[in-house]
Amino acid sequence: MHALLRGWTLPLATMLLVCASQGGRAETRRSGQLDMSPSLQAMQRDDAQNPGMLWVKEGETLWSQRAGAAALSCASCHGEAGTSMRGVAARYPRLDAGTGLPIDLGQRIAQCRQQRQQAPALAPESQPRLALESYLAFQSRGLSLSPDTDPRLEPFAARGMAAYRRRIGQLNLSCMQCHDDQAGARLAGSVIPQAHVTGYPTYRLEWQGMGSLQRRLRGCMIAVRAEAPAPDALPLVELQLYLARRSAGLPMESPAVRP
Amino acid sequence: MARALIQVPASARRGEMIAVRTLIGHPMETGYRPDANGVLLPQDIIRRFSCHYNGELVFSAELSPAIAANPYLAFHVQAGTSGPLVFTWEGDRGFTHTETTNLSVVG
Repeated sequence: MHALLRGWTLPLATMLLVCASQGGRAETRRSGQLDMSPSLQAMQRDDAQNPGMLWVKEGETLWSQRAGAAALSCASCHGEAGTSMRGVAARYPRLDAGTGLPIDLGQRIAQCRQQRQQAPALAPESQPRLALESYLAFQSRGLSLSPDTDPRLEPFAARGMAAYRRRIGQLNLSCMQCHDDQAGARLAGSVIPQAHVTGYPTYRLEWQGMGSLQRRLRGCMIAVRAEAPAPDALPLVELQLYLARRSAGLPMESPAVRP
Repeated sequence: MARALIQVPASARRGEMIAVRTLIGHPMETGYRPDANGVLLPQDIIRRFSCHYNGELVFSAELSPAIAANPYLAFHVQAGTSGPLVFTWEGDRGFTHTETTNLSVVG
């Protein structure tokens, strides 16, 4: 009887909890993780198998390595990343007070490196920048994506949304046509995901390495035969800002694994 | 820049089969891919992996160009006496990387 009761109460409690957390509004957004094969999902879940952890480990080393003319490490100012950086990656892209423009986490790392450490700039998609970005994103794993809501970011987010809806390239496709209208359908055998930006930087099997959201976006633009903006260009950051707001509330999963 | 992740239980009972899991960062360049200028990238792969437990070879593997980047290898070892597990990866261009972890055996 006891076992029977226990068997019933757990699913019931879970159901109640799920209802309570959604406040009556069903969550229709789903992470691309759920569309992957069970073996790939296991690869992401298991830190011993997830190759993204190699970048996280490298980032951990770089975090306390002194660099530049200032001979400072990240840890000299920010201390222990496990506490000081918890939740930080979930809030990017943010408004950069100096320029009044939105910047993403990778750009912030590059900026810190140049201005505070007075070290040579870290190029977009360079391994040290990806390693530090992965290490910081890892500190926010499991937290809800909660991008900056500064009202001064509104025009940038609006332009990002317009870019998401604009048809581009020789294939004349917008992001929305696939990732909203056709999400869940298949493109050449692969499920079209809803394009939630929960897992970046992501280890893609196709890349055989870690890559940023900008690399993913530029790849998508090139695939529809459009001219992709240069890495770190404002149009890309605006699109990132809109996508982060679109995914707000979903849990961070970096380092994610994607096919 | 070689980075490796090793996962071994901290302690084991004598005679127990333990799971050993290794992951190493390596491009595993096949030698068949052209770069952006159309020139073939030279082959650069890990050729051999070995694991010594208390100085005795307990596992080894030969790797080939068809294996993806950042190879993950998992195997089982029977716990005997406490001692070091030494992992060695050797490859092209004089690549070698060694990691050591200690396994403590109780009972």
